[in-house]
Amino acid sequence: MYTQSFNVPDAPGGKTVPLAPSTEDPALQAAFDARIDADGRIEPQDWMPEAYRRTLVRQISQHAHSEIVGMLPEGNWISRAPSLKRKAILIAKVQDEGGHGLYLYSAAETLGTSRDQMLEGLHSGRAKYSSIFNYPTLTWADVGVIGWLVDGAAIMNQIPLCRCSYGPYARAMVRVCKEESFHQRQGYEALLVMMQGTAEQKAMVQDAVNRWWWKCLAMFGPPDADSPNSAQGMRWGIKRISNDDLRQKFVDATVPQAKVLGVTLPDPDLKWNEERQHHDYGQIDWNEFWETVNGNGPCNKERLATRVKAYNDGEWVRDAALAHARKQQQRKMKEAA
Amino acid sequence: MNAATDYLLHLADNALVLGQRNAEWCGHGPILEEDIALSNVSLDLIGQARLLYQLVASLKGGNTTEDRLAYFRDTHEFRNYTLLELPHHGPLSGYAHASLDYGTTIVRNFLYSALMALLWEALEKSANADLAAIAAKSLKEVRYHLRHSRDWLVRLGDGTDESHIRAQAALDHLFPYTQEFWAHSAVESAAVAAGIGVDLATLQADWDAIVDAALAEATLVRPQVGGYVPEGKNGIHSEHLGFLLAEMQSLARAHPNGSW
Ligand SMILES: [Fe+2]
Ligand SMILES: [Fe+2]
Repeated sequence: MYTQSFNVPDAPGGKTVPLAPSTEDPALQAAFDARIDADGRIEPQDWMPEAYRRTLVRQISQHAHSEIVGMLPEGNWISRAPSLKRKAILIAKVQDEGGHGLYLYSAAETLGTSRDQMLEGLHSGRAKYSSIFNYPTLTWADVGVIGWLVDGAAIMNQIPLCRCSYGPYARAMVRVCKEESFHQRQGYEALLVMMQGTAEQKAMVQDAVNRWWWKCLAMFGPPDADSPNSAQGMRWGIKRISNDDLRQKFVDATVPQAKVLGVTLPDPDLKWNEERQHHDYGQIDWNEFWETVNGNGPCNKERLATRVKAYNDGEWVRDAALAHARKQQQRKMKEAA
Repeated sequence: MNAATDYLLHLADNALVLGQRNAEWCGHGPILEEDIALSNVSLDLIGQARLLYQLVASLKGGNTTEDRLAYFRDTHEFRNYTLLELPHHGPLSGYAHASLDYGTTIVRNFLYSALMALLWEALEKSANADLAAIAAKSLKEVRYHLRHSRDWLVRLGDGTDESHIRAQAALDHLFPYTQEFWAHSAVESAAVAAGIGVDLATLQADWDAIVDAALAEATLVRPQVGGYVPEGKNGIHSEHLGFLLAEMQSLARAHPNGSW
């Protein structure tokens, strides 16, 4: 799963960094621009401006990191899943997210950055991942709500990326989006069943919705007025729809689903606006959002430390695989000699 | 005692408990590909457990369901091998903690898969047609689990000095628990007599051959066994199963009337 505008700077502290104007070969630049204007695809072997390459590496690796960090909040409930069917569905879902991480690291590698380099960025705290995963999963209902709302928001963000100008990323997103929509339906279905259960179960679902709703709205990233990178992203065909437009789409799609489910979305200002033909909604707490993006949310330290621990604890295993492969290679060469 | 349901519960509990253990790696694997591979193994095992519990539920009738069997039986009612409930690290008391050790995971998956590759194949001829069908499906899965764990056993054994030491330590820790595979149990004998189950003694030589060949390739030494023979399949477990079940069953038991 992922999302969040992809225009959050990796450098800590600041909010956004302006892109340097291209100083590269004007003929190549013109051909590139023409391809973009014709809605054509850029492939790994094609010439591309350095800033385009850098932006894509940052965006795709943030996306990949989000997939693997995103395994942790839901993985938290695998051991306690309340039925064997739900346990199997949840393992499969978390495993899918790992698979998304793999496709995305591979897509980013076509731009000349290795998975190890990207992981180093994550582990050092330099690279960002979707801030939504810095909140805790406190009850089983969180698993359903994450499927419904977080994967739902991810789909909104990612469907336009299936038409992204960079070929490997666009193709990865087609596969990812199919699985994300499955996740979304599973999450919603799990909540529907709980809402037909006991009073405690219903209260558990409402509580989870209350805790996740505003975080999900923030997933679409800062308001358009505060997103200077968005314009360049749009120009390059990396970003297709603005943060605010996606957020509006998400709100409009979710309100009727909440009604069917029988939960209340925790926003007193949420109401249909006949004139705009959209729902109005209240103020998002951007302060809290930026605090979390910048490392000061409830679970940032735990998530990062858990990834680092898994990586460090696994070093001897990776070393063994490499050493064994080398030995095999040497044996083969000896045999051949 | 019921020859069919008791035997099926033993097979089901094996699959569930090891599936639960392997899923602990989800999000913490040494490399993303292994995270995904172990989740796969876990999913297969939980899938096998579900089919077996469903079969037990249909034989028992009444209000028995797969989830009643998985979530509302206590430690002494579980019939899995003790080997499968142990945490992914060396020997420690029940309430002691240590990091997940991939060597322990791989060695256990290998020792168990080597057995199940033989057992599921033999159970394809079970007099219980439903069990025979589950065996056929499970056989395909366990052949993959065996290949996966065997490949890694060889990598770890014949990798670096550190990985060799870790793999040997895991083998030394876990191997004695395999004595339980070959120990007599009344449930297995009854299932064999009824034509439902398989006498494991008939599989032991083949298991030895699979294990010895892999250990030789991995440059690992087969430990001497003897002493305590675990009895998990008779309901007498280690200190670890209680914690595993307490965690696994907590939510289902907190909402006994819940629907999920
Ligand atoms: Fe995903
Ligand atoms: Fe997802």
